[in-house]
Amino acid sequence: MADMAAEEQTLQGEQLNGQIQSPADLRMAVASEGVRPAGAPIIEVEGLTRHYGKLEAVKGISFEVYPGEIFGFLGPNGAGKSTTINMLCTLLRPTAGRARIAGYDLVTQRNKVRESIGLIFQDPSLDDRLTADENLRFHATVYGLPAAVSKQRREELLKMVDLYDRRDQLVRTFSGGMKRRLEIARGLLHYPRVLFLDEPTIGLDPQTRLHLWSYILNLRQQKQITMFLTTHYMDEAEYCDRIAIIDHGKIVALDTPSRLKDMVGGDVIRLRTSDNAVAAQQIKEHFGVEPRENKGELVFEIAGGEELVPRIVEKVTARIASISVRRPTLDDVFIKLTGREIRDEEADARELMRGFMRSRRWGRR
Amino acid sequence: MATTVVTPQPVRMEQSLTPINGPFRRNLNTIVIIWYREVLRFVRDWIRIITSLAQPLMFLFIFGSGLSSSLNVVGSQANLPPGTPTLDFRTFLFPGVLSMTVLFTSIFSAISIVWDREFGFLREMLVAPISRTSLVLGKALGGSTIAMLQGTIMLIFAPLVGVNLSVGLVVKLMLEMLLLAFSLTSLGIVIASRMKSMEGFQMIMQFFLMPMFFLSGALFPLRNLPGWLAFLTKINPVTYGVDPLRQAVLRALNLPQFVLDALGLGVKVFDTTLSTSVELLIVAILGLIFIVWGALAFNKQD
Ligand SMILES: Nc1ncnc2c1ncn2[C@@H]1O[C@H](COP(=O)(O)OP(=O)(O)O)[C@@H](O)[C@H]1O
Ligand SMILES: [Mg+2]
Repeated sequence: MADMAAEEQTLQGEQLNGQIQSPADLRMAVASEGVRPAGAPIIEVEGLTRHYGKLEAVKGISFEVYPGEIFGFLGPNGAGKSTTINMLCTLLRPTAGRARIAGYDLVTQRNKVRESIGLIFQDPSLDDRLTADENLRFHATVYGLPAAVSKQRREELLKMVDLYDRRDQLVRTFSGGMKRRLEIARGLLHYPRVLFLDEPTIGLDPQTRLHLWSYILNLRQQKQITMFLTTHYMDEAEYCDRIAIIDHGKIVALDTPSRLKDMVGGDVIRLRTSDNAVAAQQIKEHFGVEPRENKGELVFEIAGGEELVPRIVEKVTARIASISVRRPTLDDVFIKLTGREIRDEEADARELMRGFMRSRRWGRR
Repeated sequence: MATTVVTPQPVRMEQSLTPINGPFRRNLNTIVIIWYREVLRFVRDWIRIITSLAQPLMFLFIFGSGLSSSLNVVGSQANLPPGTPTLDFRTFLFPGVLSMTVLFTSIFSAISIVWDREFGFLREMLVAPISRTSLVLGKALGGSTIAMLQGTIMLIFAPLVGVNLSVGLVVKLMLEMLLLAFSLTSLGIVIASRMKSMEGFQMIMQFFLMPMFFLSGALFPLRNLPGWLAFLTKINPVTYGVDPLRQAVLRALNLPQFVLDALGLGVKVFDTTLSTSVELLIVAILGLIFIVWGALAFNKQD
């Protein structure tokens, strides 16, 4: 499987150019009109590396993003997502490697890169003692928009994120979702060609997350803007045109969500029995797959899972307490590639902490 | 098996159509806007303005009143002819409390950069197509403006401690406070550039800010001090800001010369008493050094 991932990775780009290989792809192609990889890449990354002292946070990653794409970086906490995004937006100097954004070199043409990109940070970066409009106005000034242009765009974007009515209120009175929307409006104010979003929905409740995503998808439709985002939410990665799965600073797979899921090799079956050792042995014998044991359950992937359930029940002599079949998710892809779940308990605890900090800082309601 | 679809070329946002301001204009506007933000935040946060008055007022009215009843700086000397105007210790203390206000407001404002850089507004500015020198300059000007304003608010209490305010004196004090504030904010920026997080804040408070305050002559005349203490007061930038403020306040009171002499006005370096203009020049030069240092530190990308 690891070999396959490597092969997939080398094939990305040219191979994806305008090809449709499954109904799922077709659905995507239609849904995201005209945003399949096309033309020259707008982000080119080659061997990008970053060390923090002895720690190698990003280990020589390479990929390309095409104009109009929503490109996602999916990986657990500490995988190196933020480090990558901070390098691409010129906040961190790469230890090694090269990258071009909108044709400009990341290191030698830093100011040109900065003019071409917009950024939404993982942590809030609004001034909550200023009003919504003031936050935008300051941004416009710094990006050199003439007063008239600034005024017209502020109005346009505040309307787009439904905050026009609250433009003169202090940001500290806003909810977490409103603040995030304002940050998106701000990131777009100077009409960047690429918008970077680092965990855009972290710490938000599911409803707000969904709402925010409808903005992001709409935006792509309206502005044809290229988006590079990171997330460790599996379901969010599904919205992306292509995903790079990153673990321990390396890209372990890169493809469309549906094709990544195809890598799992069928449906995921979970089985709880009175004697897992015996059951595992019998499954291997009759179906040719070796189940893993995870938290007292046997887990394995097999094509056409639903039809196979009766036969599994028949062949396994150990008493079956429960059995479930489901379509593979990106989490399964991650397990397949790394042997771990993306959201381990430690990550959950850290995220909880971050959400807590965030709500304190933001006064989330 | 594979079907080929025609991919429409994405429409670009009409970015190149709008002319944006050139780098010079942009950086100039940035300095103004950072300064403006600082002032705006100050003016809006009146709770902070009130609470920051607490500490200097305690020094002035609790520490000052307590001390002035047990020792009268000059007036208690037995050999004075009757009728000699005496000097309230709180009058002496007042310029010291002004510089304390300026010192604390300047350094706090500068150190807020650390917070701002990690979680706030500044982080966003750091990826903007502008020079970091503009950010540092805007911050230094903004921080010094609010420190000066905070000091100016303290002037309300001047009449209560026997300080005679005139328009000329107020303007003079404001300008001197602004200069001191600029130096100290710039120093604060240098400190902030070396801080990774707000965790070091307590340490800065204990080992930097408090000593700078106590060793500045804000609370007692810098006269007849033991050598080591005298040395420490002379390498303290705040010292050169306190004395001009004090001279401005005390000289406006028409006190007899021997009273002024007893107060140890004028910082003595190598047996020469510096004039206030030389002291202010020292403050200005230090400010210049700090701001350049701060700008260089912030321009280093990591
Ligand atoms: N400023 C830093 N100094 C030292 N180590 C860091 C720093 N920032 C991140 N790291 C480390 O680098 C690794 C990648 O972090 P990060 O890019 O933030 O991951 P992610 O965004 O995927 O959660 C982690 O192990 C993290 O602890
Ligand atoms: Mg991160």
